Amino acid sequence: MSHSGIWIVAEQRDGRVSRISYELLTRGLELAAKSGAKLSAMIFGNQIEDSGLQQLIECGADRVVCIEGAGLETFLIEPYAACMIKVIDKYKPEIIIAGATSSGRTLMPYVAIKHNTGLTADCTELDFEVGTGNLLQTRPAIGGNILATIKTPDHRPQMATVRPRSARPALIQPGRSGEIIRLKADSEMLKSRIIRQGFVANEDVVALADADTVVAVGRGIKKAENLAMINQLAALLGAAVGATRDVIDRGWMNYPHQIGLSGQTVTPKLYIGIGLSGTIQHLAGMQTAENIIAVNSDPEAQIFKVADFGIAGDLFEIVPLMIARLKRGQAL
Amino acid sequence: MIRIAILESLLLNSIMFVKDFLDRITGLFCFVVLYMNLRKFGCGSAALGGEIWMQVVVPIKQVPETKRVKMDEATGTVIRDGVESIVNPLDLYSIELALELKRRYGAEVIAVTMGPPKAVDALKEAVSMGCDSAVLISDPVFGGSDTWATSLILSESIKRIGYDIIICGERATDGDTGQVGPGVAAFLNLPVMTYVSKVEGVEGSVCTVERMVEDGYERLSCSLPLVLTVVKEVSDPGLPTLRGKQRAKAAVIPCWDHELLGIEPSDVGLPGSPTRVVKISKPKVTRQCQLCFAGDEQMADDSVDKLFKHLTRKELL
Repeated sequence: MSHSGIWIVAEQRDGRVSRISYELLTRGLELAAKSGAKLSAMIFGNQIEDSGLQQLIECGADRVVCIEGAGLETFLIEPYAACMIKVIDKYKPEIIIAGATSSGRTLMPYVAIKHNTGLTADCTELDFEVGTGNLLQTRPAIGGNILATIKTPDHRPQMATVRPRSARPALIQPGRSGEIIRLKADSEMLKSRIIRQGFVANEDVVALADADTVVAVGRGIKKAENLAMINQLAALLGAAVGATRDVIDRGWMNYPHQIGLSGQTVTPKLYIGIGLSGTIQHLAGMQTAENIIAVNSDPEAQIFKVADFGIAGDLFEIVPLMIARLKRGQAL
Repeated sequence: MIRIAILESLLLNSIMFVKDFLDRITGLFCFVVLYMNLRKFGCGSAALGGEIWMQVVVPIKQVPETKRVKMDEATGTVIRDGVESIVNPLDLYSIELALELKRRYGAEVIAVTMGPPKAVDALKEAVSMGCDSAVLISDPVFGGSDTWATSLILSESIKRIGYDIIICGERATDGDTGQVGPGVAAFLNLPVMTYVSKVEGVEGSVCTVERMVEDGYERLSCSLPLVLTVVKEVSDPGLPTLRGKQRAKAAVIPCWDHELLGIEPSDVGLPGSPTRVVKISKPKVTRQCQLCFAGDEQMADDSVDKLFKHLTRKELL
C-alpha cells in the first residue's frame, strides 16, 4: 500500500487539546489545499474530552485517530513512540507534522529512526516540490544565518517539526464533519521503562514560548534591582519576561527565562528587546517574532537590523515613559 | 542468560580485537579496547550489583564558532574557511555532568565524536576537562550524513565502547536539530529522557532526573542503561586544568572507521541519509527599522509617542 495523507501530531494536557494542535492544523490545511490530500490528526492520552476531538475536526481535520490508555496521560517516550508507530503502520501517512515542543522534539526523532525515515526540525516553511510532490522543508541553520531547504525523496513518511507560535491556530468552521476514531492502547504499547514521579509547575514564569508578548532584557539593565522596572512594563503589557544569556549568566534571572540559541525560542506577536545588542545567538531565539521593537543606546546595535521599530536612547529614560503611557492608557 | 550474553559479547569483542590487532593501528589502541572490555567484564555495570561503576559515554560535536560565521553574500553559502572550530557549547554541560557523576559515584567517562580528523581537537578538550578517554569516529564515507545516518554511526560506536549512561548536549549550535540524542536512543533501543535540567542521583541502578518542559519540571526515574539529553541548568562546566591539558596532550585517541565499525558505506553519508539538502539560501531581510533617536528628554518623549502610534497602528496594544 502506498503512503498517503497529511497527518499532524496533536497534543493534549489533562485531556484537553493544546493550542499547538490547532497551529499544526493551519500548516496541514495549507498543504492539503495544495495537494488535495486528506488531513488527519493523531493524538495520544487518556480520557481526552470529546469536545476537543470535535474541535480538531471543526478546525480542519478530516479524521482524528485518538489512542488512549492508562499511562498515556503525559508524554513518555516509549508508549508514545509505540502509539505513533501503530498509527504509521496502520494508516501509512505520507507526511507527519508535529510541534517542536519538548515532547515533539523527542518523539519525532525517536520514531523517525525506528521507522527508517527522514526528519527535518524546526521548519519555518513547508511546500511541495513541483513535479515530484516531495515535501520541501525549509529551516534556519547555523544560528539563523542560512535557510536550508530539505527533502526526503525516497523514505516515507516525510516528517517535520514546526516551532510553536509559528502559525496561527486554525479557525473553527462550525458544523464541519469528520471521522473520530478512538482506539485503546494494548498493554504492550503502554510499557515504559521511564516512570513519571511528579511535576512541579513554573509559577513565576509565564511560559515564554507560549507568550503573545515578550519583553526581553539585556546587559544594559546594569543590575538585578533594575529588573523591577522591566517586570512592571511586562505586567502592564501582559507579557512574559525573557533575557539574554548575559543576564542569565550574571544570575539576575534563572535559566528558563533565557532566549536564544542555548535557551528558549520565542515567536510572539510582539517582542520588545530592551538594553540588548542582538547577538546572533539571541537573534536565533527571537527573530521569527511577528513584530520586533528595540530600545538600545547604541544606534548601530545589531538588534535594530531585525527590528520594525527602534529607539536609540537611554532605557532608563524610555522604559519609565512607556510605563507611564501604559498606565495612562489603563486609566482611560 | 546475562553471563552468556556477556561472554558472547566478550568473545565477539575479542574476535574484533584480534582483527584489529591484525588489521590496524597501534598496539596502544588495542590495549585501550581490551582495557575497556576487561573493565566492563571485571567490574560490571550497575545492573550487576555491588558497587556502582558506570561507563558514561558523552557524544560531542565540533562546530564552527557561530559568532564568527560569515556569509558569502553572492552565493548565500557559509564561509567556513578561517572560522575557528570549538566544542559545541551545549556539549560542555553534558561533559561536566558526566564528570560530576564520576565524582559522585565513580565512573569511566568516554567522549566520542564523529567528524573530520581535526575533530580530534574537540576530544582533546574533553579529555582536558577530565574525560578519561576519547574515541574519534572519522571516515570520508561518513561525510554528508544527516541525523539518521549520524545516529546510526554514533550508536554503533557507542555499542562498541560499552555504556551505562549516554549523555548528549541538547543540540549542536550549527545543525541545531537536537535529533541525534533521541536518534541514538532509538538505534540502541534505550529509553531517553530529554531536556534534563538536574540529575538528582543514581540509586542502585535507578537514575532520577528533573526534566524541563514548557510549563515546569517533570521528575522522572529510569533504570540504567539510558540516554539523557541535557540543558544548561544541569551543570556548571569547569575550565580545563593544567594537568588536564597535559593529559590531553599525551592522550592517544583512536580513530574508528566504517570497516572497524562494520558499517556499510551505503548506509551512511549521503547515500544512507534519508534527507537531502535541496538548496541553501539567505534569510530575506524583510524588516525596515523605523529608528528614532532619543538624545534628550523631548526626543525621548517624541520617540515613545511614535512607538505607541506604531503599536496602535499594528493593533498590538
